[in-house]
Amino acid sequence: MLLNFFFALRQRGLKVTLTEFLTLLEALEKRLAVLSIDDFYYLARGCLVKDETQFDRFDRIFGNYMKGIEQALSGEEGIFARIPEEWLRRQAELLLSEEERAKIQSLGGWEKLMETLRKRLEEQKERHQGGNRWIGTAGTSPFGAYGYNPEGIRIGQHESRHRRAVKVWDRREFRNLDDSVELGTRNIKLALRRLRQFAREGAAEVLDLDDTIRSTARNAGYLDLRMVPERHNAVKVLLFFDVGGSMDEHIRVCEELFSAARSEFKHMEYFYFHNCLYEAVWKDARRRFEEQTPTMEVLHTYPSDYKVIFVGDATMSPYEIGYPGGSVEHWNEEPGEVWLRRVLDTYPKAIWLNPVPESRWAHTPSVQMIRQIMDGRMFPLTLDGLERGMRYLAR
Amino acid sequence: MRFEGTSTYVATDDLKMAVNAAATLNRPLLIKGEPGTGKTMLAEEVAKAMDLPFFEWHIKSTTKAQQGLYEYDAVSRLRDSQLGDPRVHDISNYIVKGPLWRCFESEKRPVLLIDEIDKADIEFPNDLLRELDRMEFYVYETQQVIRARHKPIIIITSNNEKELPDAFLRRCFFHYIRFPDKETMARIVEVHFPNLKQELLKEALEVFFELRELPGLKKKPSTSELIDWLKLLMAEDLPPEVLRESSTRRVLPPLHGALLKNEQDIHLFERVMFMARRNREV
Repeated sequence: MLLNFFFALRQRGLKVTLTEFLTLLEALEKRLAVLSIDDFYYLARGCLVKDETQFDRFDRIFGNYMKGIEQALSGEEGIFARIPEEWLRRQAELLLSEEERAKIQSLGGWEKLMETLRKRLEEQKERHQGGNRWIGTAGTSPFGAYGYNPEGIRIGQHESRHRRAVKVWDRREFRNLDDSVELGTRNIKLALRRLRQFAREGAAEVLDLDDTIRSTARNAGYLDLRMVPERHNAVKVLLFFDVGGSMDEHIRVCEELFSAARSEFKHMEYFYFHNCLYEAVWKDARRRFEEQTPTMEVLHTYPSDYKVIFVGDATMSPYEIGYPGGSVEHWNEEPGEVWLRRVLDTYPKAIWLNPVPESRWAHTPSVQMIRQIMDGRMFPLTLDGLERGMRYLAR
Repeated sequence: MRFEGTSTYVATDDLKMAVNAAATLNRPLLIKGEPGTGKTMLAEEVAKAMDLPFFEWHIKSTTKAQQGLYEYDAVSRLRDSQLGDPRVHDISNYIVKGPLWRCFESEKRPVLLIDEIDKADIEFPNDLLRELDRMEFYVYETQQVIRARHKPIIIITSNNEKELPDAFLRRCFFHYIRFPDKETMARIVEVHFPNLKQELLKEALEVFFELRELPGLKKKPSTSELIDWLKLLMAEDLPPEVLRESSTRRVLPPLHGALLKNEQDIHLFERVMFMARRNREV
């Protein structure tokens, strides 16, 4: 039962385990979801997916799976074919006046109208999946186009309730949460672990046994408790990611680093830039033009004990680094070099990680320039490079 | 027994399903979601709706898994031994029960809230695996096994500050509370302020969602902030026209301090409003 569904989930990279699948079956056995596809969807999601960033992927697979079932049930024409035409006709006749019915006849009669309607609906469904709103509410209902009264619009909608329910997953509300590539991050995690430093900070919390014994003895045998602060990871990291353009081919490696880094540090902030650092950075790639953070603000917000890691291929035209107005995207008042140096002045511990293999660096002038600005602290994005970089940061 | 929301808590269909599934399957329910969407409230409301005893365990960054079970107060025992207190001979005098133990002892099936599990150390959830799985644990000091008399409904909340280990997630039922849409929000407000004037509510929700749309806000106002704000509006007895005016004339809504909690956000909002006004005049 549902085995195909289970394997479809696993095939598309959702890490669903057997235990979780058995939990779902157990829930079904206990009649937690009967006769409602929505209930089943919620139940399956809660049992199988434990991370809201994976919801979107789940929705897509679920949608596909359900579509397969529906097609099997209703043939090639899909779900709309199952709406009984007589029913629609009777409803419309109830609601339409004599005149209006005459008008329909003049448009080519019922058969033609239904044909068009069906086509329209099909179209609309596709557009809907592209992110537009559901038929009727967007004012593009096919019924409206034929001059029906508003009640008429609701015919289509009401009958499609079943389909609207399907749309719970078709709406794909969790799309913007999907940001993680966790596969294969293990290696990078190992290297990042080097960056962890153990520092003692904060309130005294742990009993220091040695010191307690020593001071109790000194205290003529009366207990004198000594506490020390607990060990915890005190490394703070600022990450700057280059996105877009020539970075596209490296995006996978960078995403891996990013998702590894997220779980590794207590304080970690990340920002995106394009090609070279200028006066503004951003946190959300889709809203990069609306929601920018001035670089100055970043410099003032995070204290200088943060460690800075740039990730970028440093491959660009030399003008983008060296000249005002060199940026490919906007007019920058000050050259990128100035901004890079500002960051380096604020945060002495900074490195640049480059996904381009080290052997090719010499052939690109901009890589050389950045490397010079970074005082040679550019490392390739390989395990070895990461280790070298981390060793520098941890020093 | 099914959970259907309460007179003071609006539960969406998917949330109801999550709670009922977790209760039936005896699996902990892990709840995530934006701050202020009622994650912590949920457990309390479930207990209230089903008339069950309620236990809570709030997690801090220094909380250890052991503290949920019990603590051995070695320091008091040491002190007592130095002062010659006879209690010192029985070790069980120094075992302090934690919330999990108390919950396991409950006469009726209890509801246990483990609040903000992500605040604790990364190993914390792993240390609780066996206890949550088998609903029992072993007390080394007195060599006894504590077993739950009734398997509790466990609700765990997380703010996503840390990722939780896979082994732990596998054992949970998961639900993500999304920010409510306008319809649900109206129902939530209705539950809290049954006497609120319809008009005022409509205007207030408009202003509220408009505000949430504003890009660049450091802290978007959440449900709990909306409810606070409405309380203030009601207390001030402001007519709905004032709100409509503020959204059309583009000035700060009255009593905005309840919605925007950050002076940078207020400043940003003022600037945006100023630009909108100027554009209109031009």
